Amino acid sequence: MQRFTLLASTAFLLTAPLAPTAFAAQIAEGDTLAEDQTFSYSLLDQFPTLDPQLNEEVQGSHIIAQLFEGLTRQDADGNVIPAGATEWTNENNTVWTFKLREDARWSNGEPVTASDYVYAWRRAADPETASPYAWYVELSSIEGAAEVVAGEAEPETLGVEAVDDHTLKVTLTQPLPFFPAVVTYATFMPTPQTTIEQHGSDWTSPGNMVSNGAYTLAELAVNEYFRLEKNPEYWNADEVIITEVTGYIINDRNQSVTRWEAGEFDMMDDLPAGTYPDLLEQYPDETFSTPRLCSYYYAINFSESGNPALQDVNVRKALSYALNREVIVDQVLKGGQSPAYNFAHEATAGFEMPEIDYAAWSQSERMERARELMAEAGYGPDNPLDLDLIYNTSDSHKAIATVAAQMWKPLGVNITLSNYEWQSYIDIRGEQNFDLARSGWCGDYNEASTFLDLVTTTHGSNDGKYSNAEVDRLMTESRTMDDPNEAYTQVEQILADEMAIIPIYHYTQNFLLDADIRNWPMNNVENNWYIQDIYRAASE
Amino acid sequence: MLAFILRRLLVAIPVLILLVVVTFVLMYAAPGSPFATERGVPPQVLANLEREYGLDRPFLAQIGTYIWNIVSDFDFGPSFVYRDQDVNDLIAQGFPVTLTYGFWAFVLAVLVGGTLGIVAAVRQNSWLDYLAVGISIGAQVLPNFVLAPILVLIFTLWLGWLPGGGWQGGQWEFVIMPVVALGTSFMASIARIARASMLEVLSSNFIRTARAKGLPGRRIILRHALKPALLPVISYLGPAFVGMITGSVVIDIYFSTGGIGQFFVASALNRDYGVMMGITVLLGALTILFNLLVDIAYAWIDPKIRY
Repeated sequence: MQRFTLLASTAFLLTAPLAPTAFAAQIAEGDTLAEDQTFSYSLLDQFPTLDPQLNEEVQGSHIIAQLFEGLTRQDADGNVIPAGATEWTNENNTVWTFKLREDARWSNGEPVTASDYVYAWRRAADPETASPYAWYVELSSIEGAAEVVAGEAEPETLGVEAVDDHTLKVTLTQPLPFFPAVVTYATFMPTPQTTIEQHGSDWTSPGNMVSNGAYTLAELAVNEYFRLEKNPEYWNADEVIITEVTGYIINDRNQSVTRWEAGEFDMMDDLPAGTYPDLLEQYPDETFSTPRLCSYYYAINFSESGNPALQDVNVRKALSYALNREVIVDQVLKGGQSPAYNFAHEATAGFEMPEIDYAAWSQSERMERARELMAEAGYGPDNPLDLDLIYNTSDSHKAIATVAAQMWKPLGVNITLSNYEWQSYIDIRGEQNFDLARSGWCGDYNEASTFLDLVTTTHGSNDGKYSNAEVDRLMTESRTMDDPNEAYTQVEQILADEMAIIPIYHYTQNFLLDADIRNWPMNNVENNWYIQDIYRAASE
Repeated sequence: MLAFILRRLLVAIPVLILLVVVTFVLMYAAPGSPFATERGVPPQVLANLEREYGLDRPFLAQIGTYIWNIVSDFDFGPSFVYRDQDVNDLIAQGFPVTLTYGFWAFVLAVLVGGTLGIVAAVRQNSWLDYLAVGISIGAQVLPNFVLAPILVLIFTLWLGWLPGGGWQGGQWEFVIMPVVALGTSFMASIARIARASMLEVLSSNFIRTARAKGLPGRRIILRHALKPALLPVISYLGPAFVGMITGSVVIDIYFSTGGIGQFFVASALNRDYGVMMGITVLLGALTILFNLLVDIAYAWIDPKIRY
């Protein structure tokens, strides 16, 4: 079970309820507003759903965050701020009481009440709903969640209750100081019971959908585009400047760049691999690279199905040392990523980067040490080691894997590269049919345990089956520590000493953004954005 | 003739059922699941999802229900990935788009390709022939995934005349580039087939006889040579038409038309069993239908063929 602790934010959470004035589009001095206040962007794929309780992926979350409003949301820096709730209190971080905004209304004019939240949360956990994200309700430690998801208890037994129309009480099974951050996600946004019961699964169609956020759904053409309009019933509608949001679905990223250059839309992310430097040179004011809370690494198979040589720490260390990460980020990826020698992303809130010894060495020192370690383990060019490296279909995964195989060659390591398309890849990696596996992990929330929990014995995504009792103990203890960083540093140290994974790089978010768009949340490492906070300045 | 058509339609039913069964079995045999994600779905959640989609039932029950729902309600079931849509919705939204640009691409290919081929054959070894052959070879070696970016570069980025993608209900400026990109290589094939077959017909005995009788050249071509020369073109047109109206992965992805072409690949990669089955059945039924139409057209054109 994961959990959330972010003590750095706790102080903020206590003071936040005293300042109910919500964040909205603040116009900078000297800016005049453009006449045209529309915003458009390009998405990589058709999003599977706009139903907040069914959503499980990023592109849908971005749209849902414009259409619906949960109890809390994030500001430009990723801090939790009041949204549907104006203030909240807690007892021992276990019983949480949220005061709801009295002027919040659905787009059909009906008031948003505590029972709308209760309905939505029960709906998310209810097996009848069959939400792929039901596990998130479990993860949040709400009382009864696990039993409801498992079908062992009625949804009504979930620990959430409407005390009155504007008071919501939530009971957790364990203290969770960061609970207000958990409820920013789509799963916990309220949904309109009457509309859902009336239209069934068609309730998310334009015309049917009733929402409570800053925007409403106006048009939707699958695999082509969607359009949102400003919601006049939104409680803070007066402060919302952008009147229309359009998203174009463009699978081909190079085509998307061309259309952005032609001025067809304002923003695109997921830039094609390797194009960032050229775009930066061509559009210096409109090309950005900001940290993104994800880490890229190679998982090592510690289970019986892995090559027995990988049980030897010297072999694992040699593999890691021999990887020239500078070359990978500067010459292969070229997107401003940073070389990684530890697991948790360097931009994780409150996380102190551990001092990993080999991070400070030069590459020739690392290479020399790698050769020695391999020799100690009994391998070398005369006695080569054959390993299987798997990755899922993608140009950059392929490029990194090819470069890595070259870098390992001098150690006498022969790599067989195996490429699988995504769904097969997940199966194969989950069944430990590999020696080394391309992996990436993005934080569910902005705190280091979202990464470090992954290397604990029982974690569902610990595909390398790494297991260390000390790591498990430290991660359990960190949950109740005042300053968990000490535990995190120790865990990272163990990971480096044992080379439990091979960290490669920390992600950046690379994107193009029209120069007239203001207030874009560049410092939000989770890449959460709210169109109601931005505006378009008149071109100079 | 009517008996022939009826017989062919009756045979189509077991063919389609066989297609469904084979696709279903292959789908089952493929590794992966529509619900698998990088972070791993907990078993309870997975069980709920499988129950929702009936994947927890025995194989025969699943395939039986699937076929029965199609036969009784024409219901192709839910999409496993797009939770807000069912397969009928997705096809109903996407197919008119593909049908539109596919149809115009077909018209372009047949008119331009046919004319080029025939003119080239009639004026063999003249500059017209060389020009027509040059154009068709040029068009043939430019696959649509190369042509599409070139078109966008010229007409969207440099000239700013046409939008680089989208469909917007099929307004003409959104339709032009998909039609040209899709139709060009078909046009080239048709031109080459038409030229070759026309040349063959023009050197045959009955044409020589017509010439010897002193018939005017125009009349020989239009009355006597054209019909037999079209036979090979027509046998190519049936599958080509199905290929065009069921769309192209490249066109749909490149121009974001929202057509069904991209589902061919995407549904297989996503393990979207519902969409994959629906698209396969649609494509299968259309292929059978157009092959039948081609056979009927044969009988009309070639008096030697009788059913």
